[in-house]
Amino acid sequence: MANKGWDEFEIGAMLRSFEGPIKDIATTHQEDRAYSGNNSFTASVADWRIEKPVFNKDYCIDCQFCWIYCPDISIISRDKKMIGVDMDHCKGCGICVEVCPTNPKSLLMYSEQTDEEQALAAWPAKDTSKADSKGEE
Amino acid sequence: MSEMKKIKNLKEFSTSADRFEGANLLCPGCAHSIIVREVLNATNDDLILSASTGCLEVCTAVYPYTSWDASWIHIGFENGSTAVAGAESMYKALKTKGRLKQPDRKPKFVSFAGDGASYDIGFQWISGCMERGHTMMHVVLDNEVYANTGGQRSSSTPIGSSATTSPAGRKSYGEKKNKKDMVSIMASHGIPYAAQVSPNKWKDMVKKIQHGLSVEGPSFINAISACTTEWKFDPKDTMAITDLATDSLVFPLYEIIDGHELNITYRPKNIVPVEEYLAAQGRFKHLFKDEYKYLIKEWQERVDAKWAQLQRREEARV
Ligand SMILES: Cc1ncc(C[n+]2csc(CCOP(=O)(O)OP(=O)(O)O)c2C)c(N)n1
Ligand code: SF4
Ligand code: SF4
Ligand code: SF4
Ligand SMILES: [Mg+2]
Repeated sequence: MANKGWDEFEIGAMLRSFEGPIKDIATTHQEDRAYSGNNSFTASVADWRIEKPVFNKDYCIDCQFCWIYCPDISIISRDKKMIGVDMDHCKGCGICVEVCPTNPKSLLMYSEQTDEEQALAAWPAKDTSKADSKGEE
Repeated sequence: MSEMKKIKNLKEFSTSADRFEGANLLCPGCAHSIIVREVLNATNDDLILSASTGCLEVCTAVYPYTSWDASWIHIGFENGSTAVAGAESMYKALKTKGRLKQPDRKPKFVSFAGDGASYDIGFQWISGCMERGHTMMHVVLDNEVYANTGGQRSSSTPIGSSATTSPAGRKSYGEKKNKKDMVSIMASHGIPYAAQVSPNKWKDMVKKIQHGLSVEGPSFINAISACTTEWKFDPKDTMAITDLATDSLVFPLYEIIDGHELNITYRPKNIVPVEEYLAAQGRFKHLFKDEYKYLIKEWQERVDAKWAQLQRREEARV
């Protein structure tokens, strides 16, 4: 999108979120929305990250704690299943890892450069020193 | 009360389609956006929103971007609440005149503002909205400091917190005034609903937001918003700090219906000492020096006294 200079920007201007009308935004998921170039969804903050979360679905119990507590709408959940992390919008805060209740965790932080396959191959085993942790409502 | 979105459990809640977007410029781990997500996802109705100047506003409307998938307005620091109140008045007038293009759609009116914008600078404007009885909700993102301009104290900053205008040092333990009791002040307007919420207790939050959005007249919500930058803790710990706040009763969760019916909505199974909450944040670090330790004891006494008072009010229905 063509950027305007600061003095060309009209006072009271409207930034449109979408191209054209959407019938019901509240029930339309991101993949079905026609975002306009003015929506921050079209931008990326991936370069903010020093560490990134890696998701191991083998241990995930779909409790959705990561979904509710992610500040950056970066945990992708569809049909009640956690399906992955949106790496354009994740800022690498690490909250999702902290709140993940499984043992071993289903999300772990790795340095941004880490190869995901390698991280998954070397996933830590269950920590037997801890009492069994399970998701709760 | 009108019909509300059914949210039985977290799995069901996770099918919500967020109307708040990423690549906003809030700090990693900022609780403002966790709160906003829980508020917006509590309803599927159309939304008319505002934000007063502050972190939420400047970080979600950075030219040429918006992070809001709903009607959203920003004017100034003090008047986000009245902007929404104006829109609500227009909506009511058009409805009365039968001139709404889509009369079946029932939008909800919500203004978001920081504690600086609510407890101090927008105080009389919010009071006006409550007193005039607009059907709208005002949500305070209460991080107990003017975060966006570098951490100046507000009338929400608690005793002993080090803020840039009340810094702790050799001669001072930081902020000396107690936090303003904004929920009681707002409830005293006799509004149908006022409540204190916390994003870690998402179910309690959703219930209260839905209650507030379904009444005729104003509702006021004070949400604790742990600020990694000004409270000085690691971004990954936002929810852990928030848990300490609710479980130490530093931030008790309750609601006040029609200005008098007080209900406590969360009673921690294990009450955590206030000391643990203070110890987890850099803004209270100096309180652990020998000469200031008496302040930690006073903190605990204040929290205990407030909890006792809430319980008495709950019983007495006054
Ligand atoms: C009338 C006016 N005074 C001062 C400012 C400068 N200002 C902008 S944001 C801000 C702090 C906002 O604090 P708060 O409302 O608590 O929100 P937070 O950033 O903490 O979320 C201040 C002082 C302003 N924009 N307008
Ligand atoms: S690291 Fe933070 S931003 Fe990234 S997915 Fe986890 S909670 Fe969301
Ligand atoms: S918090 Fe962990 S177990 Fe729960 S849905 Fe997320 S990844 Fe899966
Ligand atoms: S300074 Fe605090 S409130 Fe502001 S964006 Fe950062 S964490 Fe959020
Ligand atoms: Mg603030």
